[in-house]
Amino acid sequence: MKAGKTLKVDIWRGGEDGYYQTFAVPYQTSQTILDVVTYVQRKLDPTLSYRFSCRVGMCGSCAMTVNGRPRWTCRTHVDLVAEDGHIEIEPLRNFPLVKDLAVDMSVFFDKWRDAKARFVPSEADLDGFANVDPASRERKEASAGIECIGCGICYAACDVVAWNPDYLGPAALNRAWTLVNDVRDADPNGHLKAVAGDAGCHACHSQQGCTSHCPKSLSPTASIAGLKRKTFAALLKGGL
Amino acid sequence: MNVLSAHRNHPTYWAFVLHRVSGLGLALFLPIHLYVLSMAIDGGARLDAFLDWTAQPMVKMAEVGLVVLLALHMAGGLRLLAVEFLPWRDIQKTLAAVAGAFAFAVGVLYLLNVV
Repeated sequence: MKAGKTLKVDIWRGGEDGYYQTFAVPYQTSQTILDVVTYVQRKLDPTLSYRFSCRVGMCGSCAMTVNGRPRWTCRTHVDLVAEDGHIEIEPLRNFPLVKDLAVDMSVFFDKWRDAKARFVPSEADLDGFANVDPASRERKEASAGIECIGCGICYAACDVVAWNPDYLGPAALNRAWTLVNDVRDADPNGHLKAVAGDAGCHACHSQQGCTSHCPKSLSPTASIAGLKRKTFAALLKGGL
Repeated sequence: MNVLSAHRNHPTYWAFVLHRVSGLGLALFLPIHLYVLSMAIDGGARLDAFLDWTAQPMVKMAEVGLVVLLALHMAGGLRLLAVEFLPWRDIQKTLAAVAGAFAFAVGVLYLLNVV
């Protein structure tokens, strides 16, 4: 597209039983979807609700559904997604809707808690720094999943979350996997127990929607597959 | 559920759909298969008559489809076992493509044999 053209932007308004409202937004070079939404709110309709913070792909606040796919809107260029100058922007799937493009993220983060996806320190940590070999298998596994920004895109892309509302979801399981591989963590079996149930890692169908959509190019499917192997091994060893 | 929604349009989702659909197809075929085999119990004349009927070209073509379903389900199952039990590889799309290509090749080979 060229500067001076106008985009036709359909934005979801209201709650679950809401509707699409169409806006005309001037196209600009290197414009992002977040720029489009911000233009609508600042110039056309100040009642539009949406969420953002850093604008540079670090905070994970601005994820929305753009032309059917969950995306981080601050780093998604209009040129990448517009179809004949048309963009459809909806709230993320699989989250309770607050209003317009703002969803309630609490269920998502509650599941991080339920997956026991937090570090358990050990007494040994009090005596100084742990020496973790950067080349060790565990450190590499943890490093592969550690850059999650908690944007919820994987959760929105996952059909299993839609089918089973209790499913812990890709992000929480990915975080649990980094902790299982953290040699400083005092309770690796505790992490495995938390994710071994019906709503845990074994519910994953390996469709890999999470991996296909993760804006940080992480692979939650790889982490979940790791958890499947680890929980299986722990079961055989009587650790569960 | 809209299977064609944009967020589902990626190779490993289609691999999932093919695996499920082929499994469903085989599950529907199995009772018919067992019923036909059961014809052998009462003499075999009915079974022979049925087997003559299956020599028709349309039935042969359906048989090719059945072989493709079997190959798809086997290759898809092996792919899933590799994903879940072997160390992770970042070549997931390639694995899905190899599984699909295997099923297609088996189908073509079978087709060349029956024609």
